[in-house]
Amino acid sequence: MAEKKIIEILADYRGVDPSTITKESTFEGMEIDSLDIVELLMTFEDEFGVTIEMNEKFKSVGDVVTEIESLMA
Amino acid sequence: MSFIVVGTGSSLPDYVITNEDLSTFLETSDEWIRTRTGISKRHILKDETLTSHAVTAGRRALENAGVLPEEIDLLICTTLQGDYISPSMACLVSKELGVGSGRVFDMNMGCSGFVFALDMADAYFKNKTIKNALIISAEKMSKMVDWSDRKTCVLFGDGAGASVLTQGEGVSGIKLMSDGAWENLHVPGEGGNSPFNETGAPESYLFMNGKEIYKFAVSRIVKDINEILEEENLTADDISYFLLHQANTRIIESARNKLGQSEDKFPTNIEKCGNTSSASIPILLDEVNRKGMIKKGDRLVLSTFGAGLSSGACIIEWKI
Repeated sequence: MAEKKIIEILADYRGVDPSTITKESTFEGMEIDSLDIVELLMTFEDEFGVTIEMNEKFKSVGDVVTEIESLMA
Repeated sequence: MSFIVVGTGSSLPDYVITNEDLSTFLETSDEWIRTRTGISKRHILKDETLTSHAVTAGRRALENAGVLPEEIDLLICTTLQGDYISPSMACLVSKELGVGSGRVFDMNMGCSGFVFALDMADAYFKNKTIKNALIISAEKMSKMVDWSDRKTCVLFGDGAGASVLTQGEGVSGIKLMSDGAWENLHVPGEGGNSPFNETGAPESYLFMNGKEIYKFAVSRIVKDINEILEEENLTADDISYFLLHQANTRIIESARNKLGQSEDKFPTNIEKCGNTSSASIPILLDEVNRKGMIKKGDRLVLSTFGAGLSSGACIIEWKI
């Protein structure tokens, strides 16, 4: 359930169609750098009411979905 | 009774290091540094002392204000560390400038120092203890970073900025915050050689978790500014310029977007100075003042953040 919203936010941030983003999409592949990831994680924190530790482990959309879903569980 | 700002000054080392210069001894590039930080070059101390720049910045601010050194009855220097751990930088600067008071001291609140010093000065003015204050923020970041660590050494620069304050009603909404969360941004103290020390000698280099500090910075800037504007019954539209701590262009851009304000209201000098810690806001204030960008009646927001973790913000109304 978080996945759809996360992809929508990512698509909006990059100005692309949400259908082009999947859980397998990597941030590097989307030309999203480390500070973009922080900016996006802050948006996700507001959206889902969670606190996410800022670290290097987020490489793909799926990594973020897993983290947020586990924080919300 | 509080204070108004009547003069500004700054002083930067002549020696400049560009991103290209850095890429000759670090695995980095101009493109990498610029896109992630907005920084193109920075001023670095070579053979001169930091005190000499603090003195020059102070002298320029006094000249700009038309105030004599002997008329200054409070001098606060903000710095992570002056040329000497002791005596304080303020003692050395006071002698060089001929400040007419013994009420001189240093303050270390990391990058937030300048706004914390304004708060301290405000208390003296409110108490009617003083008529004129000189605040000098001077930093030698090049001597605190690890020049083999490409994640941090590219970010910082050296320099000094100063402001002269005199009695008046030109500051409001000063807000300070510190939370003791030291882990993500700190410079360890020096170890000495005590034979009784059992903690081990720390590596005395600046450490920063950039991602956590980015998040802290953006959220604090927006929160602090919104809170002081609300307290003073103002909106962001009432502010002529937002002078933010110059740590990273993308932090400034993110905060600006969240505040819904135009780019021209956020002057920057990080491109050519890097992050000069507590000196960054007074250096920038001097730049916008000397360019004639500020008109009488303009309201400026100063907003800073740094080690502590700490943050500070206030509204300055320009009265000259």
